[in-house]
Amino acid sequence: MKFAVIVFPGSNCDLDMLHAINDELGEQAEYVRYDATDLSAYDGILLPGGFSYGDYLRAGAIARFSGVMDEVRKAADAGKPVLGVCNGFQILTEAGLLPGVLLRNKDLKFVCKTVTLNVENADTLFTNQYSEGQEIRIPVAHGEGNYYCDDETYAHLEANNQIVFTYGDDFNGSRSNIAGIINERGNVLGMMPHPERAVSDLIGGSDGLALFKSIVKQWRESNVSHA
Amino acid sequence: MRKVKIYVTLRESVLDPQGSAVMGSLHKMGYGEVEDLRIGKYMELIVGDSERDIDALVTEMCNRLLTNTVIEDYRYDVEEVVSS
Repeated sequence: MKFAVIVFPGSNCDLDMLHAINDELGEQAEYVRYDATDLSAYDGILLPGGFSYGDYLRAGAIARFSGVMDEVRKAADAGKPVLGVCNGFQILTEAGLLPGVLLRNKDLKFVCKTVTLNVENADTLFTNQYSEGQEIRIPVAHGEGNYYCDDETYAHLEANNQIVFTYGDDFNGSRSNIAGIINERGNVLGMMPHPERAVSDLIGGSDGLALFKSIVKQWRESNVSHA
Repeated sequence: MRKVKIYVTLRESVLDPQGSAVMGSLHKMGYGEVEDLRIGKYMELIVGDSERDIDALVTEMCNRLLTNTVIEDYRYDVEEVVSS
């Protein structure tokens, strides 16, 4: 399976993402620039963390108008898996590919630590290798991860099982401890924690690897059934 | 030429931890009368001559990029600028 790791000016988790796919998952990933005009060669799209365009104006606000985002939207419309982590999640909300917005953490602090996540929905193409209710340990590193949406949007998220990960403890003020959500169709996931930083026990944990394995499993199965 | 002054504020329903922290500091300094404080953004645009309607133009720019209407409200003033 071939992944594109989108590199915006100011991305800084792009190498972690590339490493996770190429070296730990054993699949293929390539860097793709923010001004690329064709993503048709890729089976999955990964938007890494960082501070695209310096987080100027609002986190993700400028990156969403990068040329490549039209292609990301096309990939999402085509049903390809699109994963946005941290700043990638912020870009996806600004782009309207996911609802809500990430506000400044409630304590105004940048939080960098490993946290416990609850897998709320294990029936997605990103989480089929987890079990529902499973607790996993994944690092977070963000100053603006306080997920906000209005009541109507929240009710919609709940009704459609779009809340995929929640935090075990509230440390950033996110509504109902939301750590990651998926779109209605189920192929666009945004999450603040960094699964790509938890892919090897050597660096402190491997609970994130199952997320990438889930994507590959789903892709293999759907390709077999199409063949 | 026109100068457009845009004031961006957080919606009422959105908590403003930054504003709360600053208000807390004011309280500690003895300004207990302050009952609420919310922090927003101010932007100034100089807009050259255009065939497009200025209100339509500003509204479009605000809705597309300058603000996120999920969490922010905005208002703006337009002033004629006499170039010297």
